[in-house]
Amino acid sequence: MTNQYEVVIGLEVHVELKTQTKLFCGCANAFGQDPNSQTCPVCLGLPGVLPVLNGEAVALAARAALALHCTVNSYSKFDRKQYFYPDLPKAYQISQYDQPLAENGHVTIQPSDGKRDIGIERIHMEEDAGKLNHLGQRLEDAEGSLVDLNRAGVPLIEIVSRPEMHSPEEARQYLVELRTILSYLDISDLRMEEGSMRCDANISLRPLDYTGSLADLPRVEIKNVNSFRNVQRSIEFEISRQRQLLQTGQRIVKETRGFDDASGSTYSQRSKEEANDYRYFPEPDLPPLVLSETWLQNQREALPQLPDELRQHLAQRGVAERDVEVLVQDLNLYHYWSQVVELVPDVRLVTNWLLSDYSRLMNAKGLNFATPQVSADGLASLLTLITSGTLSGKMAKEVLEAMFETGETAEAVVKRLGLSQITDRNAIKEIVSAVVAANPAVVQDFLSGKEKALTFLVGQVMKQTKGQAKPDLVNALLREVLAAYA
Amino acid sequence: MGMIDWDAVQTAEHVQRGEVSAVECIEEALLRIESTNPTVNAFLHVDGEGALAKARFMDHNLTREAKANLPLAGVAVAIKDNMVTTDMPTTAGSKILEGFRSPYNATVVELLERAGAIVVGKTNMDEFAMGSSTEHSAYGVTRNPWDPNRVPGGSSGGSAAAVAARMVPLALGSDTGGSIRLPASYCGVFGIKPTYGRVSRYGLIAYASSLDQIGPLARSVRDLARTLHLIGRHDEKDATSLDVDTIPESPIPTALQSLRIGLPEEYFGEGIDIRVRTLIEKTLDQLRESGADLVPISLPHTRYAIATYYLIAPAEASSNLSRYDGVRYGLRVAGDDLIHMYQKTRQEGFGSEVKRRILLGTHALSAGYYDAYYLKAQKVRTLIRQDFDNAFAQVDLIVTPTVADLPFKLGERDLDPLQMYLTDIFTVTTNLAGIPGLSQPVGLVDGLPVGLQWMGPPLSEDRVLSAASALEAILPPPEWPLSGGIQE
Repeated sequence: MTNQYEVVIGLEVHVELKTQTKLFCGCANAFGQDPNSQTCPVCLGLPGVLPVLNGEAVALAARAALALHCTVNSYSKFDRKQYFYPDLPKAYQISQYDQPLAENGHVTIQPSDGKRDIGIERIHMEEDAGKLNHLGQRLEDAEGSLVDLNRAGVPLIEIVSRPEMHSPEEARQYLVELRTILSYLDISDLRMEEGSMRCDANISLRPLDYTGSLADLPRVEIKNVNSFRNVQRSIEFEISRQRQLLQTGQRIVKETRGFDDASGSTYSQRSKEEANDYRYFPEPDLPPLVLSETWLQNQREALPQLPDELRQHLAQRGVAERDVEVLVQDLNLYHYWSQVVELVPDVRLVTNWLLSDYSRLMNAKGLNFATPQVSADGLASLLTLITSGTLSGKMAKEVLEAMFETGETAEAVVKRLGLSQITDRNAIKEIVSAVVAANPAVVQDFLSGKEKALTFLVGQVMKQTKGQAKPDLVNALLREVLAAYA
Repeated sequence: MGMIDWDAVQTAEHVQRGEVSAVECIEEALLRIESTNPTVNAFLHVDGEGALAKARFMDHNLTREAKANLPLAGVAVAIKDNMVTTDMPTTAGSKILEGFRSPYNATVVELLERAGAIVVGKTNMDEFAMGSSTEHSAYGVTRNPWDPNRVPGGSSGGSAAAVAARMVPLALGSDTGGSIRLPASYCGVFGIKPTYGRVSRYGLIAYASSLDQIGPLARSVRDLARTLHLIGRHDEKDATSLDVDTIPESPIPTALQSLRIGLPEEYFGEGIDIRVRTLIEKTLDQLRESGADLVPISLPHTRYAIATYYLIAPAEASSNLSRYDGVRYGLRVAGDDLIHMYQKTRQEGFGSEVKRRILLGTHALSAGYYDAYYLKAQKVRTLIRQDFDNAFAQVDLIVTPTVADLPFKLGERDLDPLQMYLTDIFTVTTNLAGIPGLSQPVGLVDGLPVGLQWMGPPLSEDRVLSAASALEAILPPPEWPLSGGIQE
């Protein structure tokens, strides 16, 4: 038996779809409403009700599947997953079991040893359950529990990865890229803290000399971790816990564990041996879901530009690799960037300004690019003042800060502060000549080879122009005048 | 002939012409219920006040033209208690739904009311439609109006008995394995189970979702046709509802000479009560004499039908009945914790037959058994459907006895659930195949009714009704239990 293990991680990600209505009834799919205000007989599971499939949900799910390079099955079906729990009004969840909507996709990650595809085994549709509010800590010892069924019946897709990640970092990258792709589709709020994106992680340690099937390795599932960071933390904890068990000759129990944020550790919830038999069987109230090639083609055509296409596009436009990722991760930022680039074709200048000074100011104010403080037009006119030579970079920073504070246009700030750069060659030359005449000793130093002396002279000119002279012009003119002394 | 003898069509025509008022029709029904229901126990709930208020509204507010557009104007109708209604409680014959009031109406109830029918009450049934005798109700047995010591059949026994005892001219039942046709046969009324998907199941408390179908029970073929014409509509609230043309309002009796009728050998073998067999064969002779071409056929997988049915139906039922957990509505029996509350609620809320089927179904769906039971049953179901496809390539319709025997005595099959299950042997196949089946009274033996079953291809209800109408025309008019009611 070896002491060497390979970490094996698979992720199951639930994503709530941002449809108008719930998956099987006409109730509004809206977050944060009064308890049980978004319910009807169907999602309450009253006697006699029947589900009717929401076509919008199928379209959004299919688009997710296509964007994740899955094969969307022309024939899939719904099944009942049965268990008793107060947040599940019918005591079964309508899900897809053995014939899911889509299969065999992938997400590309970029670990340090190069790009790799993480396989997606399947994507299926299902309805969400409601929420319990316990008067106490947990259901078992609560004095009472209040059931809110607003979320019951909200459409979900479950994206099941293959067990092909080998470190917490790879798992994080997979999640980030998955969320980026889905965010482009605009099919979900993707907010982990609100539960519109949820992640379960399956972790096992494979002894390097193990040759059996992965499915036979004892696997631990960590349920419902509420942030990317905590997914990573919980996996890190779980790896060291399992490693320690194995190294001390103990057995790993196949079980479901929860994650405790405060201590950063996982704790046992229930062992798989006592797990439910869900008694899946085909949902008799819903006909099979049959999708035509034409319909699928329409969904394919409805796909927006995806992150990989954008990466290529930005690289072609000459954006540096590191900046490309920043733009790709934040679509609002990218949209803002494209608007500015339309007006100011210097891609490097725009990217630098946007990702450094502008972003710093936005962050300081806690804003994001969904609601930019200064419009793309506004930033473009500021940058145009730089390219035209009216403002130096240093001045432009000052102007931008003022624009953020007061909401003025760049031109207005420049005018108010009297900041415009002196670019009049004759005006500067006059001052340059005066400075040279007034500092014969320094001129002598320069002529005897002390380059530093020039810096002093530039400083003098800038001082007399209150910093508004264009520095490179001052430099050029000084050299020109000094040449006459040589 | 008095009002009591009118079928639904006659009743509506009288109301439409203003010859009787809707109030008179409802009063007649209520009186009749008052006098006979104490013996028969067909109704679980009667809403006399509500029904009269609706009748008064119709009489006072509707013009003759408006009433002429109501095909069931003033017709008192009884609804099996597994169809939800806002005006009355809905229990499905179960203690677990005691006091439950639905916030919405079943689609069929809406459609009937829109056609001028007035719901007077909810009828007794085997709990959650599980049974063949209406003995398995939490609210007492229903008795056969022909002989109060005998069962009315089930599970729609209350609806069949209410029509037979002439409390109402029309009732709705539901049929999962014979639950309309069997009580129709035992009570001597007409009943049809439509093609699966013909009638919306929205608001029907599910027993076995892939088999359940709502249908009418009545005293004439034309009443069945008119009612099915009205309720057999596509409903977007039911994803299994078929989007097809509704059937004609009035069937035109088929020329029997043009009809090729199949007699499946599997339905005429051993085990049929000789009195039933004799009467059915006499009826077949009458069909033959009228020119119908009766040919022997075979439906070879019939012998697996009961086994198949008792895997599929309980499996679906075990799932459908899970929602009665005491959390949101109906009965809740307090327990020490959540699981204990679930257990006590379901233990006290469900009757023994329901528990038996939940256990059967849960087992059939369990990991390790699913393939051998549920999946296998689905495969056999396909074979049974193919039997019918093959048969209907040769014949227009199939005729069989509805049930192999006469109504049995109350309690007679209590101790032998298997014997009870076999009661459905001639009716379950149409549910498994999804095809229409109609039971028609063909006479009495020893004072008890006998029913003949018509079966047709999918969506052939018009053909089935037209043939039944032709047979109705050559048979003497059906008899009804003593005209003054059983009490006299």
